[in-house]
Amino acid sequence: MNIVVAMKQIPDLQQVRIKNRKPILDDVPLTFGNIDRNALEAAVLIKEQVGGSVTVVAAGKEGLEDTVKEALAAGADQAYLIICNEQEDIESSISAKLLAEAIKQLGSVDLVLFGEGSGDNYSSQVGSRVAELLDLPQVGYVERIELTAGELVVTRSLEDGKEVVQVALPAVLTVVTDLNQPRIPSVTQILKAGRKPKKVMSDQELLGAVPTPKVKTLSNLAPEIKRKQIQVGTAVELVEKLQAEGFLGRA
Amino acid sequence: MSNILVYTEKTELALELIEAARILCRAGLGDEIKWLSINNRAQAEESAQRGIDSWVVKAEGITIADTAALASIIAQASRVLECDTIVLSSDRRGKELAGRLAAKLDAGCLTDVKALESAGQDIGLVRNALGGATVAVQTITSPQKVIAFAPGAFPCTEEVPEKSGAVNELEITGVKASVKVIENRPKDAGTVDIAKARILVIVGQGIEDKEDLPLVQELAGKLGAEIGCSKPVATDKKWLPEERVVGLSGKTCQPELAVILGVSGQVQFTVGIRDAKLVVSVNKDENAYMNQMADYVLVSDLKEVLPELLQALG
Ligand SMILES: Cc1cc2nc3c(=O)[nH]c(=O)nc-3n(C[C@H](O)[C@H](O)[C@H](O)COP(=O)(O)OP(=O)(O)OC[C@H]3O[C@@H](n4cnc5c(N)ncnc54)[C@H](O)[C@@H]3O)c2cc1C
Ligand SMILES: Nc1ncnc2c1ncn2[C@@H]1O[C@H](COP(=O)(O)O)[C@@H](O)[C@H]1O
Repeated sequence: MNIVVAMKQIPDLQQVRIKNRKPILDDVPLTFGNIDRNALEAAVLIKEQVGGSVTVVAAGKEGLEDTVKEALAAGADQAYLIICNEQEDIESSISAKLLAEAIKQLGSVDLVLFGEGSGDNYSSQVGSRVAELLDLPQVGYVERIELTAGELVVTRSLEDGKEVVQVALPAVLTVVTDLNQPRIPSVTQILKAGRKPKKVMSDQELLGAVPTPKVKTLSNLAPEIKRKQIQVGTAVELVEKLQAEGFLGRA
Repeated sequence: MSNILVYTEKTELALELIEAARILCRAGLGDEIKWLSINNRAQAEESAQRGIDSWVVKAEGITIADTAALASIIAQASRVLECDTIVLSSDRRGKELAGRLAAKLDAGCLTDVKALESAGQDIGLVRNALGGATVAVQTITSPQKVIAFAPGAFPCTEEVPEKSGAVNELEITGVKASVKVIENRPKDAGTVDIAKARILVIVGQGIEDKEDLPLVQELAGKLGAEIGCSKPVATDKKWLPEERVVGLSGKTCQPELAVILGVSGQVQFTVGIRDAKLVVSVNKDENAYMNQMADYVLVSDLKEVLPELLQALG
């Protein structure tokens, strides 16, 4: 079973600070989105069960070769990296074209896994876009995967319930974080990760001409929130404040 | 001449999308709103009552779980009905569909759009970015556009007695099923929607023992509140169902009062509660980020605070 996992390099969001409403991204370490790690774990579990290979594909900026070691240590066999040089974030339609092209070059692929949403943009469209570009069936928001001969039976988690769906391979899945608990690699695995095969390409090398973005960002600022931030000493004092604010019925 | 096509399988969300589409029309993105309904004639009748023309597609053997097939149907319909902009709902099915449809139409796409604002010549689509730390205003620059609006972001459109929309049929061919639904397990009816609650009491991991949950329930009862929670309380501890999660992957709430018990206040959580009118944070850590986002802060151990609060409320 040849499995591809798409993982997006993002800034470690816990470490993003806001200054004058602007996010400060300098010196923030790069990492992979949490849900993408669930996708990787799912791929590694399937490989451990039935054999095959796990390839990570990622389109990102400098630092990607370093970041991908995390994924190689956590069980991926190899990586296909696409390095883009633009300053702006890579727009979803372009990421999808890059990823789809890279996956086509990998040859025979049985299963392509995505996170349900990337940690930073969380727009949940890149997986679906790639499924269309590769002309494969897709199932999104998967929380359970069962493999049978040439087919998958997956359970998807939706707002109003669960849905069990059967889909033939090759297929694209996007996964939710409930699917599994990603493993923490050991020190030896981390050391070995550096020696696993990596293919590195630029966006131009891969696509020839890189298409223009279809979305423009006009502004991106932290919302202004004004809170009173009044400390109260006791539960009784808190209840008094709530009373004064008009909750708990007017005294 | 271009029009706006509205599709979602959920009628109540479609009524919200009509309002969003009206704003897009006023901003010059379309002349007319057209409602697409797949295998659902009753939905089309609803649109007629709002004065919107609808087109019903009968797609045999295609279920709403089949994203690839739905995207084919909608793409074909958008061409026949001359719609450059397609408006969907940003629930899970809708988001999944949005990406596929956008790739099919070579369209720019934004999901989880929660507001529209004028931006010079353009219409700005407002959505959270950077995991919720920021709010971005973006525009789609390609001629074809797919926009998915967050549920609840716009009011439902009202019925208009004076003008009835036409219900048309539309034939679409050559669409094959790509998945098969084996089982549907709907959630129990009667589950609450915390997004609509006026007062919320929110359980974070600072509630350390499950035995304290009844105290929280009692507190909620006294305040007339619904109970919400942070994500790990639902997904790791499984103390409360997932539909009670507040935040980026849960619900966005605008209560008048949110009493937040033992939540550290990471951005993926706070994005779900930052529109609350009044926020109370109880946390034993003085420096918890949640406290900076609160109007009233009680730095104390919840083990002690919960019984004290219940007593103070009488
Ligand atoms: C893509 C993505 C999406 C996410 N979506 C969501 C989401 O929708 N909603 C969400 O909530 N999270 C979400 N998260 C997770 C989020 O980042 C945090 O991990 C989560 O909100 C933490 O929950 P918590 O504050 O309850 O727990 P913790 O971070 O563990 O905080 C517990 C708090 O309780 C306090 N405390 C502990 N004991 C006591 C006590 N006895 N008395 C008083 N205070 C005490 C501690 O000081 C601490 O501040 C998401 C993460 C990612 C990566
Ligand atoms: N630049 C990228 N490189 C690799 N994978 C990506 C990239 N962007 C998005 N993805 C994948 O697509 C999923 C959905 O991303 P998004 O549409 O941005 O929410 C992510 O969880 C990743 O699996």
